[in-house]
Order: sequence, then structure tokens, then C-alpha cells
Amino acid sequence: MAFRLKLVPDNTSYNFFRWQWLTFGISAVAMVASVVLILTMGLNFGIDFKGGTTIRTESPTAFEVGDYRQALNELNLGDVSITEVFDPSFGTTKHVAMIRIGTMDETGSVTPEQLNEIEAALQTVDPQVVFAAVESVGPKVSGELIKTAFYAVGAATIGILLYIWLRFEWQFALGGVVALVHDVLLTVGLFAAFQLRFDLTTIAALLTTLGYSVNDTVVVFDRLRENLVKYKTMPLIDVMNLTVNETLSRTIMTAVTTAIALTAMLIFGGDVVREFVIAMLWGVVVGCYSTIYVAKNIVLWLGVKRDWSKPDPKEKAPGEDIPAAFRDAP
Amino acid sequence: MLDIPFWKRLLILGLVALGLLYAAPNLFYNRVEQHNDAIAAVERNGFETPDEAAARAGWPNWLPSGLVNLGLDLRGGAHLLGEVHVQDVYKARMDALWPELRDALAAQRDVVGAVRRVQAPDGQLAVEIGNPDQMAKAVEIARGLATPVASLTGAGQSDLAISANGNRLSVQLSEAEKAATDDRTVQQSLEIIRRRIDEVGTREPTIMRQGKDRILIQVPGIGSAEELKQLIGTTAKLTFNPVISRTSDANARPGPGNVLLPSMDEPGVFYIIEESPVVTGEDLTDARPSFDQNGAPAVEFRFGPSGAKRFGAYTSANIGQPFAIVLDNQVISAPVIRQAITTGSGQISGAMNVEDSTRLAVLLRAGALPAEMTFLEERTIGPELGQDSVDAGRLSAVIATVAVVAYMIASYGLFGAFASIAVIVNIILILSIMSMMGATLTLPGIAGIVLTVGTAVDANVIIYERIREELRAGKRVVKAIDDGFSEAMSAIIDANVTSFIAAAVMFFLGSGPVKGFAVTLTIGLVTSVFTAIYLTRLLIVFWLEWRKPKELIL
Repeated sequence: MAFRLKLVPDNTSYNFFRWQWLTFGISAVAMVASVVLILTMGLNFGIDFKGGTTIRTESPTAFEVGDYRQALNELNLGDVSITEVFDPSFGTTKHVAMIRIGTMDETGSVTPEQLNEIEAALQTVDPQVVFAAVESVGPKVSGELIKTAFYAVGAATIGILLYIWLRFEWQFALGGVVALVHDVLLTVGLFAAFQLRFDLTTIAALLTTLGYSVNDTVVVFDRLRENLVKYKTMPLIDVMNLTVNETLSRTIMTAVTTAIALTAMLIFGGDVVREFVIAMLWGVVVGCYSTIYVAKNIVLWLGVKRDWSKPDPKEKAPGEDIPAAFRDAP
Repeated sequence: MLDIPFWKRLLILGLVALGLLYAAPNLFYNRVEQHNDAIAAVERNGFETPDEAAARAGWPNWLPSGLVNLGLDLRGGAHLLGEVHVQDVYKARMDALWPELRDALAAQRDVVGAVRRVQAPDGQLAVEIGNPDQMAKAVEIARGLATPVASLTGAGQSDLAISANGNRLSVQLSEAEKAATDDRTVQQSLEIIRRRIDEVGTREPTIMRQGKDRILIQVPGIGSAEELKQLIGTTAKLTFNPVISRTSDANARPGPGNVLLPSMDEPGVFYIIEESPVVTGEDLTDARPSFDQNGAPAVEFRFGPSGAKRFGAYTSANIGQPFAIVLDNQVISAPVIRQAITTGSGQISGAMNVEDSTRLAVLLRAGALPAEMTFLEERTIGPELGQDSVDAGRLSAVIATVAVVAYMIASYGLFGAFASIAVIVNIILILSIMSMMGATLTLPGIAGIVLTVGTAVDANVIIYERIREELRAGKRVVKAIDDGFSEAMSAIIDANVTSFIAAAVMFFLGSGPVKGFAVTLTIGLVTSVFTAIYLTRLLIVFWLEWRKPKELIL
């Protein structure tokens, strides 16, 4: 009777290593491309990291960014950027703009008088405009925030590395961490490519992605370890293929449910969290891919101890290193 | 694994019920909040108005009334990160030391010669003496004024660092004392800010120390960061100083030990006053708004015994002389002393309206900030934006849950329904734990919950996939389920520990919203392991016992 939605058939035997050089090559190229993008285009840092002031305005009537800009130009605020925020959930009576004003001086914030001037100037253009949120961060703090953010990503990576190393073998830890670096780089690369706002919440999303991606990797590693003991003589590459096939259904299932939840957030969660959700959604896709095509490849190349119940076969048996001529005659 | 003893079943269901009970108040957020506010107001005021009684009756007392604390991004309010200028205190300490050092050295004038204070960087006290060859004696006298540092790390060290060079003697705070002073300064600032915000009586402000010299202040429901800044950014340092002269020259040289300060209500007028005050605001025991003899708003104050004594002694010795009332480096007024004031009370009048006098009285009563503060971060979030975010968050959480439930049931049938029940209970448990802890829910926190909806099924998926495999391997239903659970355990633990590492890092290194997100994520990890392993298993066991199935299609 039972109808079951199965995205992955019961018994699969895909050869995930058939294209291993191609997929690994794609990953490598994507990583390099991300680094290049980050270096050339830079990241669209939010005020958390850049310092300065952002004002979110809301108005029931439509406005022209040009009019706003003209109104503000007369105030000599220096580096000002105005963007209109579009969101399907706004309807026709809500028009939102983000105004970003660069760092003014040491304190970094726009003074209350200037804020009043800005409000007055905008109200001459659009009498119904209100300030929904005003945030300013001084350059001193923003610099520190960047530093802590780096530490956070670094510390999480090291923590995860240590945990995998303790639970498994160093080859797994290395494979897992390369996959992590891959995911982080590709996510940051996406932000550079599309100039999405990169701020503290993005870092939170990045760290969550890290957790998710490693979660995925660890589940596969766990099964791999089990299979290594079970099929002692099977070549490593075949054990790996078997493992991925066995866990494929779970990998896809979890990725899909997470993606469903995140997509709901992306569509209905409002524009305030959009970047955050994009980072996580992309992280899920990349995390899935890197588990299968990056982490395992590394482990395959490094080789791995096959049987935990016996001493490492690579370690020589006692007396083996004594030349045959000197051994006791049989 | 499938024989769950009766007490364990009771415990699992009990925990779920408890979770439901503690999450319930959030369904009636406004009513419960008014109930809680009314209780707080009654405690503060000591009586109950009919409105408050009605609000209190809106939610039964015997039910839990903890709510998920909405973060500023959801409720609207102001956020400030201030830095305390701890160095200010070094200077004040040196200025206070000067009269003492002067008197001590003057007593030995025959030996050390004439004593003169000379220019020195802030936080240093430099003195020139007439007989440089007697410097050793001067150093000894200065050392006599030092006391041991009163802190654990600096114990046994002197609070003053004294050095001599030619005829110049310099004194400053020792490193150990500086560290101890910094700590005290920040603690004191924290306390005073708390008192000032409490005087205004807003709901659940967060005031905490961050790092060495920073203070984070979050006040929900306040109009803007500007308002908050006015309240806590004012030092409110009140002193009474002897006046040297009055001038209209803004560049007049006040001479060592004196300062040139502008007058508050007469533009272009400056006073040269002695830098060391006779009495300071710290000696005040009370301050309240009142009116002076001309009917103009004023602030009435009262000194404690030692302040009153010093004030009395000074005024009786200086009848006919002006003295200055100085607030935050501005001379409020400089009346001439007509008679000795020995009662210990007085009045400050000047150009102020009733509002100013009320605020000044609040500030004086709460005490002066020991040092100035600058603000490194300011955020104001309007209440409408907060409401929009809550609505969007709630909508997306509901849609995400419905979609995930539909997908799970389509994929695993009845077992998918079990997993879905677990996911929904999981969300309720997250909310109830947050309510119990009084944890703050932020916008990223909502995203965290939505993400948890997605990942919470992961543990169930791992288990179910495992059961499918065992079934395919030809095992009987009960055995397959049993093995599925036990085999999946190690993967589930590994997966959750690694996520936990990421959450812990976010909690310890993150600030503001990131921290809030980490809290939600961590709670979600714990509850999802509970619901996925214990609750789902219990549901499956109930089903097994009820239907005793011979086969299972999964």
C-alpha cells in the first residue's frame, strides 16, 4: 500500500570516483576562483566590519533613490550609499531604503545633530519617511570584530579537526578540514561574486555551515570506519564507494529537509535575514558536495589503516627487518 | 533497546509535558507580559492600581510566566557599547594627592626648600623642590603617602610609583594600582549606569561588562540610542571649588593647579578656579528638584557628615569670597559666600527649567560616573521593524515546519509522522527552555530554530535509513528497529558534537546577535537529540506494542 517518496533508489552503486580528477579539479578551480574574487572584488562589508552608520528608512510612498541622494548631497556627509530594498513581502505600501554613511572620524558615528539634519532633508523629499533603524559602529570596534570573526572561524575549524582526529584517524581529520576550508572559501567567494552584505550574522551563518558540512562528513566517515572493519580485503576505493552509496539516501534526505526549511526562510523570512539564509543554503549544497567529492578523496590519497583490531600492517612484524641471511634457519 | 522501563516512559512524556507547560505563556505573550509587568510595578511602588490588578489577573499566578525574551532586533530599542576612559581616574587621583603632598612637604620646608607643582602629563604629579640635594628626603615623604594595593593580584605592592630627577619629583600610580583602579572604575560605572536606567524604570535592560573597559547596554522599548546616551553619557561630576578670578579671556593662562572653565549660563565668561575641590558630589547624600527664593527651578542637596564638616570649615574661613559650583567642567554658578554653611545642605540654581532640575537631581542621586564614556557602537531599532521581523520569522517557521512534515511523511509514512511529532515537540522544547532561562531570542535565533527544524530530522533520518538497511538485510521488524537505533547512535553523537563545537565557538567569541544564535543552536542540539532518540523511539515502541506488526514498509 505504502507510497514512499524516494529520491534515492534502495540499492545504488554509483561509482563516485569515476570522475574524481574532474570533480576534484572543479573544486580546486572553484577555490582558486573564490580567492581571486575575494581579492579582486573584495567583500561588501557591513558596518559591523567597516564602521560607519546605516539608516533604514521606511515610507508608504514610492521614492526615487536619486531624490534621496540629492537631498543628502547638500549635507556633506562624505561617502554615502543609498540602496532600495526590494522584498516580495512588502506589498505596495512599504518602501524601504538602506542609507549607508561611511566613517566620519574617530568616533565613527554620525552625530545626533547630523541625524536630525538627515531626517529633515529626507522629509523635504518624502514627508512620510520614518527611520526604522539606525545603527553605527566605530572603526575601533569594527576592526576588532573582523579579528574576532577570523578567530571564530579558525577556532571552530581547529576544534572540529581535533575532534575528528580523536574519534577517527588523522587522515580523516585532514580530509574533513580540507572539505571545511573548501566550503568556507566557496561561501565567502559567493558573497564576493554577488557583493552580498557580509557582516556578523554572515559569520554566524558561516559557522553554522561549518557545523552542518562537518556533520555530513562525519556521518559518512562513521560508516566508512564501520565498513573498513567489515570488509577487510576490499580495496579502499571500493569500500568508499560502497559507503557513500549506503549513506547517500540519508545525505540527500537531510540536505533536502534542511533546504526546504531554509527556502521557507528565504522566501518568507523578510529581507533582514536574507543574506544569512543565502549563506546557509549555499553552505548546505556545497557541504554535501564536499563530503562526497573532497573529504573522501583526501582520505583515499592519504590511505588509511584498515583494521583497528590488529596492529598496523605497515608496521613491520617483529624480526622482519633482520636480513634473511641472519635469521635462524627453519 | 526497545524495552523501555515504565519510569523511563513516564520521564520522557513528563519532560515533554513540562516543555509544553513552560512554552505555553508564549502563546499569550502580551497578556503574560502585562501580568509580569504589573507584578514588577507592584513590587517597585508598594501599592497596586486597578489597572495593574486587572493586568495581573489576566494570567493565572500558578501557571509558569516565563517568556522568551525578545531581542532588540525583534522588539525595538537601543543598544550602546561604551568605553570607559579609565585613565581619567588616574588624573583625579593625582589632583587629590597634591594638597596632601604639598602639606607633607611644606612641613619639612627647612629641609627640602620651597615646593612648587609643575606641568606634567595627565595622570602624573610633578613637583619641584628648592633643595635638590635633599631629594632623598622628599622621596621618603612622598613614599609615606603611599598605601599597599588592595587587590589580589597586586597585593603587597605600593599604589604609587615615585621617581626623582634633579629637583623634580614625579608621582604616578603604579601598574598594579592602575589595574586595580581600572577594574573598580568599570564596576562603579556599571553600577551607576544601572541605577540611572532603573530610575527611568524601563523593562529588563541588559547592562554588562565586556572586556577590560567596555560596557554593553541594551534597553528594549526606549525610543532611540540618543535618548539613552543622554541619560548615561553624562558624567554628572559635581564639585565645589575655590574661585581665583573671573575673566572673559578664553585663552587666559590659569597657572599650575588651577583650571579655566566656562560659565554655563553666561556666554563668554570664564572662571579660573582651583583644580582641587573643597567638596565633591560623592559627599552628597540626597538631591531633589525644588525652587529657589525667586521661584526658579533649582536642585536642593544635602551633604553627609564629613562633607558637611569640610564645607562648613571652608565657608566660615572664606566669607565674602566667591566659590564655584562646577558640573561636568562647566561653572553652574559662582555665588559669594555670605555666611558659614554648617547645616550641610544647600541649593544649586542656575539657568535651568523644571525638566533640567529633575534630571540633574536624578543624576546627582545616582552618583557621578567615575570617568567619562565614549560610545563605540550605537544601534536603534524601531518597534515596527521588530514586529515585522517577528511576523516574518513566525510565518517562515510555520511554513518550514509544514513543508518538512509533509516531506517526512511522504518519505517514511507513519515513521515520518513520528519524526514530525518529534520535530514539533522539539520546537516547543526550545521555546520552553529559552523561557525558563530567560534567554533572548534574536532574529538570527529564529533562523536558527528554522534551521533546527531542518536538521532535527537528521538524527531520525540516520536511524530510519539504518532500519531500512536492516530490513533489506532480511531482519525481522523488531530486530531491525532495535539494530537501526543502536547502529545509528555513534553517527548521531559525532554529528551533534561537531555542531556543538561550532555553537560553542560562536558563543564564546561572538557578540550580540551571534551569541543569541549560538544559544538557540545549542538548545536546539540538545532538544533534537532528546526528541529524535528518546521521543521517537518511545512512539515507535508504543506502536510496536499496540500493533505487533509482522512487517514494516519503510
